[in-house]
Amino acid sequence: MEKRVTFKGWMLPLLLVAPQVVISAVFFFYPAGQAIWQSLFIPDPFGLSMEYVGLGNFEYLFGNRYYLASFVTTALFSTLVTLTSMIPALFLAVMADRLIKGAGTYRTLLIWPYAVAPAVAGVLWLFMFNTRVGVVAWYLGRLGYDWNHVLNETEAMGLVVVASSWGRISYNFLFFFAALQAVPKSVIEAAAIDGAHFWRRFFTIVLPLISPTTFFLLVVNVVYAFFETFGVIHTITSGGPQQATTILVYKVYADGFVGQDLGSSAAQSVVLLVVVGLLTVLQFRFVERRVHY
Amino acid sequence: MATVELRNIKKRFGKTEVIHGVSTEIDDGEFIVIVGPSGCGKSTLLRMVAGLESVSDGEIRIDGSRVNEREPMERDIAMVFQNYALYPHMTVRQNMGYGLKIAGTPKRQIAAKVDEAAALLQLSDYLDRRPKALSGGQRQRVAMGRAIVREPKVFLFDEPLSNLDAKLRVQMRLEIKELQERIGVTSLYVTHDQVEAMTMADRMIVMNAGRAEQIGKPLDVYERPATLFAAQFIGSPSMNVLDGRIEAGEMRLGSAALGPAPAGLPDGPVKLGLRPEHALPDPDSPLRLRVRLSEPLGANTLLHGQLDQAEAPFTACLAGVHRTNGSGEIIPLRVAPEAIHLFSPETGDRLN
Ligand SMILES: Nc1ncnc2c1ncn2[C@@H]1O[C@H](COP(=O)(O)OP(=O)(O)OP(=O)(O)O)[C@@H](O)[C@H]1O
Ligand SMILES: [Mg+2]
Repeated sequence: MEKRVTFKGWMLPLLLVAPQVVISAVFFFYPAGQAIWQSLFIPDPFGLSMEYVGLGNFEYLFGNRYYLASFVTTALFSTLVTLTSMIPALFLAVMADRLIKGAGTYRTLLIWPYAVAPAVAGVLWLFMFNTRVGVVAWYLGRLGYDWNHVLNETEAMGLVVVASSWGRISYNFLFFFAALQAVPKSVIEAAAIDGAHFWRRFFTIVLPLISPTTFFLLVVNVVYAFFETFGVIHTITSGGPQQATTILVYKVYADGFVGQDLGSSAAQSVVLLVVVGLLTVLQFRFVERRVHY
Repeated sequence: MATVELRNIKKRFGKTEVIHGVSTEIDDGEFIVIVGPSGCGKSTLLRMVAGLESVSDGEIRIDGSRVNEREPMERDIAMVFQNYALYPHMTVRQNMGYGLKIAGTPKRQIAAKVDEAAALLQLSDYLDRRPKALSGGQRQRVAMGRAIVREPKVFLFDEPLSNLDAKLRVQMRLEIKELQERIGVTSLYVTHDQVEAMTMADRMIVMNAGRAEQIGKPLDVYERPATLFAAQFIGSPSMNVLDGRIEAGEMRLGSAALGPAPAGLPDGPVKLGLRPEHALPDPDSPLRLRVRLSEPLGANTLLHGQLDQAEAPFTACLAGVHRTNGSGEIIPLRVAPEAIHLFSPETGDRLN
């Protein structure tokens, strides 16, 4: 039997949603509106005058080689970050789930990286891989590998992906672990009696049963890769070398704040907004169909 | 189809031993019910046979070969769980065919076997539904079906009916028993319900605190319980146990003489076991029941109260309708001496 809280009147419900509505309005709808408005103008660098250009900013963007390259970079980057942060997390969670003793300690240790702020994580990884003083770079050098993410585009991408994913593994681990613990033990035992070995059980029983969590994490991690990795990229590569790690969000910043091209920057924000909206809708439409709630 | 042998099975969780050595031999096709109160180790014993718990000591043999070290899947058993443990993301058909699919059975054969089992269990109309869209009884049948299609050597049931309502439980009880007789697979069935045990078992294992108190046919256990525990656990309402004595070859309860004691028993205190249904009204009897509460059930009447001669409460079950004049009525009762069970006050073991 479903138990519902029923509200009398409309004052209380309104009061309860008010903070969300107000915050969304102030920090999302207002800036989004501003961005859309600004994307139609080209202001002069000092912000003294604005020239109306219609969709000119957008036309320019989609004719721009660097902007289109940034799209590809973003797609690659977010796919890699999502995979790198989810697959190891799932693996660790499966292992933790199998543990009976010490699962608590193991879990706590795995959660620690999440407490590290992205920018700090960026600095951490930067130190380790710094071409001159980094420990890892030094060891790689001793092994005969010349690490230089400042010049090598693949290495730069690899480093920002790892640095961005590292902390997320903890976050994803927590969710996966909780989901695994919620799979009824007797269902697993029934599958074992039915003859399924560990990995067979994992793929045919466990994975389908935790798919709501997987789907949720997929959405959350893609959004993370799109927006919240700014700090990491900024500290480690600043989008370089040759814009190899300039994802869309970073380009908004680079063109707007550094390049002072506010019109283009605003147009990019609008594009980003649309892309993320589409992605989320797509994910819900197509991935959700395969999810068994 | 197979025999199952338990040889002095023990189970320890860490340092605590919860099963203290259970032994029995189960014949091919036999239906064995393991019955006992909550926490006595029934599930643990069953799970050891299934291979879901390791065996700390002793040996389990299925069809003559030791299975202690074998994985559940290598034991050729099927288990029905209390909560059914159906795969929620699969249809009924997929649920029932999962084991066969893993065994690599050809698709057409799987479909045929599932259809056959579904027909047997009246599930044919539900094959494409998910477990979520089934009633409790139907889920129960799917769980049974999943066990049947694999044609295992042994069926294991862990309280499969405890999530059903009373009426459905009676119906499913019959269905399971009938099904088992039809396909003749050796079965171990765990329950805490002594009525289920009495009605379904070929033989039952009465368990208490990790020990098998008695192993035998239901009526044998009822007629000659080996221990005080078995005496009180089997039979409903349960047996009255009173502190009595044997004096000069006679059973006595307080001042009342109950008849000659079986030969060979020394004088001294004993526990007297009197089944409620063996108490008969008899105006000449010295046993007098002071009625506190009467429960008219129609076919018979339960009278709860106390005998003049004993401290412990006493229940009598009289056939037919028995109208009392309310609380405080005194009814003289007689129990035939042959129907009295005698137990040692120290060990609880049967004496006669
Ligand atoms: N994993 C475990 N660790 C420690 N003790 C356990 C474990 N599983 C069971 N026990 C203990 O073993 C005893 C027997 O448990 P078991 O589940 O076999 O009881 P049961 O007879 O099936 O009871 P119920 O009728 O309530 O299901 C209990 O005292 C229980 O606390
Ligand atoms: Mg149990």
